[in-house]
Amino acid sequence: MTTKLMGTGVQRVEDQRFLRGLGRYADDVAVDPSTLHAAVLRSPHAHARIVDIDVADVLDVEGVHAVWTYDDLTGPMAEPLPLLIPHPMLTHGRTQYALAKDEVNYVGEAIAFVVADDRYVAEDAVGKIKVSYELLPPVVGIDAARAADRLVHDDVPGNVGARMEQNTGDVQAAMAAAPHRLTLDLTVERSACMPMEGRGTVARWDPDIDRLQVWSSTQTSTGVRAVVAVKLGLDLRQVDVITPDVGGGFGVKINHPWPEELLVPLAARTLGRTVKFTEDRREHFISTAHERGQVQYIEVGFDDDGRLLALDVKFWHDHGAYTPYGLIVPIITSTQLLGPYKPEVYRVVFESLYTNTVMVTPYRGAGRPQGCFAMERTMDAIAAELGKDRTEVRAVNFIQPDEFPFEQGLVFQDGRELTYDSGDYPASLEKIKALIGWDEFPAFRAEMAAEGRQVGIGLACYVEGTGVGPYEGAHVHVETSGKVKVATGLTTQGQGHATVFAQLVADELGCRFEDVEVVTGDTRRMPYAVGTFASRAAVMSGSAIHLAAKRAKEKALKIAAEALEASPDDLQIVDGVVSVKGSPGSSIDLGTVAVLSNPLRYAFDEASKAATQFTVGDPGKPPVAEDEEPGLEGTDFYSPERSTFASGMHAVIVETDPLTAEIRILKYAVVHDCGKLINPMIVEGQIHGGVAQGVGGALYERMVYDESGQLLNASFMDFLMPYVTEVPDGIDIDHLETPSPLNPLGIKGAGEAGVIPSAAVFASAIEDAESIPITAMPISPSELFHLRLTHAEETP
Amino acid sequence: MTEELLEVRLRVNGVAHDLRVPARRLLSDALRHDLGLTGTHVGCEHGVCGACTVLADGRPVRACLMFAVSAVGLELTTVEGLADVDGTLSNVQQAFAECHGLQCGFCTPGFLTTITAGLRDNPQPTHDEARDMIAGNLCRCTGYQNIVKAVERAAELGAGETS
Repeated sequence: MTTKLMGTGVQRVEDQRFLRGLGRYADDVAVDPSTLHAAVLRSPHAHARIVDIDVADVLDVEGVHAVWTYDDLTGPMAEPLPLLIPHPMLTHGRTQYALAKDEVNYVGEAIAFVVADDRYVAEDAVGKIKVSYELLPPVVGIDAARAADRLVHDDVPGNVGARMEQNTGDVQAAMAAAPHRLTLDLTVERSACMPMEGRGTVARWDPDIDRLQVWSSTQTSTGVRAVVAVKLGLDLRQVDVITPDVGGGFGVKINHPWPEELLVPLAARTLGRTVKFTEDRREHFISTAHERGQVQYIEVGFDDDGRLLALDVKFWHDHGAYTPYGLIVPIITSTQLLGPYKPEVYRVVFESLYTNTVMVTPYRGAGRPQGCFAMERTMDAIAAELGKDRTEVRAVNFIQPDEFPFEQGLVFQDGRELTYDSGDYPASLEKIKALIGWDEFPAFRAEMAAEGRQVGIGLACYVEGTGVGPYEGAHVHVETSGKVKVATGLTTQGQGHATVFAQLVADELGCRFEDVEVVTGDTRRMPYAVGTFASRAAVMSGSAIHLAAKRAKEKALKIAAEALEASPDDLQIVDGVVSVKGSPGSSIDLGTVAVLSNPLRYAFDEASKAATQFTVGDPGKPPVAEDEEPGLEGTDFYSPERSTFASGMHAVIVETDPLTAEIRILKYAVVHDCGKLINPMIVEGQIHGGVAQGVGGALYERMVYDESGQLLNASFMDFLMPYVTEVPDGIDIDHLETPSPLNPLGIKGAGEAGVIPSAAVFASAIEDAESIPITAMPISPSELFHLRLTHAEETP
Repeated sequence: MTEELLEVRLRVNGVAHDLRVPARRLLSDALRHDLGLTGTHVGCEHGVCGACTVLADGRPVRACLMFAVSAVGLELTTVEGLADVDGTLSNVQQAFAECHGLQCGFCTPGFLTTITAGLRDNPQPTHDEARDMIAGNLCRCTGYQNIVKAVERAAELGAGETS
């Protein structure tokens, strides 16, 4: 009997091609001298009116095939890009045009599009386009946006795109009645996903079949397909979008369509040539999307045990120049802020503000790191105020294991009630304390102090809504060779879907793992899909694949039962062979079952002779039964009522250098509960990567804009992402597996978890080491140094 | 104005290729677009991320910081040239598979070439030396934890071979 693969660290099947240099990323498609290459003229100004664009010098450049500005766009292409996620509270949503019309609102906004023989020539041509601008005063940063002395969009008063409030009761009354009260002012800087591969799009128009093929480095191939069809005036059936290998996403590639994702297909169709756009790193910095930037004000009322009686949060969210992704990030901050806790009364108000900077769309964590920072800083402040251990204050506020499903009384990002399905926070707390050595830390601190070294310990807890809807689907097809071809529509950016989904199929169908091949993000194979975001792939496509495999199995058993003259209930499928339980001699392999599933008139090889109409079936009945379809296939969809809630806790011990203010990580521990694990090796890999991005966000990464809206650090030389030298040397991980009752496998999402509590946990530990309140992240050594000086001045 | 094209002979993975390229063509672009060796990836085009690292006479170089014309006379090795001709993965590649040293795979070719050269210089690195060996390459997926393990595992596999 084959052992179950669910829960085992199966090695990844996709690694073989990656390790040999045989991966196929967007820029690896159509490597051919006949492919044309695009480059984009981008605004050098943060806020300006376009007075004139002169392309005369470009048209004669040898090797240039097209130069387009807004005036060359017609029909739907000349309309603003779609507002992907409208929301009634987004009263002033704005999106850009594929090429700027009259005005630019951030440095990097696309103005002109050039197609040439190669990228070098295309960039030469871009350099010859002359644009005259009338400069407008830019709005940079949350303070300037709130002050609203200048406006980003003339018709958006106060620079406010949206104002939203949710509450669970009368917060003012609860606050007034609370025995203790505190306030906090907090800031989180901008950062960005920064996948190692930037954006890329390739398109080819086939005039013989009137069909467009698009390859894009996207997190949603079906989303891109729909918008390309609408914008180009094509039927959906005329557009295929294929997501090739993608070199990381982390959120930024869920936004769509990028201007180039429309302009490249349009150029391919117009010019009748294959056209490719591959952005460079500077373009990725200034013309995709950022995240994180928020200013927060918190007022909290609590009792003598630190129990939250009233939590009143206001925050201001910088969403950049446009709002294609709606209010998802601030809504998540405002709801997921609560983490594992249950305040008596909670009120949150946010304003989502325009600035003349790159727009903001989800980055791994998607608003949760900011919410976690707000909540966990508050917890630490309460503990400090009451002189209590930080873990005790958290423990008294936990939702208890017997309280699930737990309703927070708020509406979540998907428009559904924020209801936690399951979890065990007290157990997680015990695990994280043991893992980091919380109770032993005072002795360690004393030991270090004796050596003249300064250390601190921090802890942070989070809850993450994962597996958000609306749905995903899957198609499982057993070929006559016995190979199993699986397709699901969401996309892959390195999560190992081809491996984990094959594990699920092998387990459910009973075929061999090696016989399963999984394709993701190809609209030719699965046209109904949503995309990869919100830690949803394992939950959504995993469940759909499990269900589709089950359907294929049921069908296989039915056909095999007839062939073996047995009852389906007496059959088993092991290693791709259907046999009668207890009588292994009576068997038929899945490939033969696939042959029998498809009654043929024409045989095409030896095996298929068995399926021709003179050899198979009851001549008295239709060859395909009324309630059946030919082929050994299963298709199913999974659409849950609501999200499933993963959770976890991180703890860190840091050392801060008394002279240089350098911050060293001595120990990092993670307790993680994403329900049932499919592949622990891959889940731990996700945590490792999340923690590294979290370290970056807590200690190094920020987008540095000057007052004129220029991004000063738009390169890997100046935007400091962690190398191995900056990440913990080893991350201690412990799992808790609280199954989700919402899906057949009991799983929850794992992709974003590693990054959510990082800013909070480092703030907690640095504050503990330094005895200085830490209210803004990231914190660099020089900032800590200055903080020490200021603090020393303020507290003589 | 037509760009002047230069005759260039590049030796890559033991095979000589004759090309006509403009002087400004980057080695990374020549490898990828002229020779179709798309395993070498370009992550930043300013020499910081290390994804484009190839071996030139066995030493790691950034293919995005070098012109194709400057590579004449060098014996270049790209990720496509790391496995044996019979397809058997090299120790470093094998170690990456065993240790889950990669996720999206985009930075991986640069790590593989860098570590291949690193282990040739220092076949039995200490833990700190294993970390140092990869300290010039960026990865956004793995948090480096399993890449360090892969360096140590590759050293182990290498030691197994020579013993």
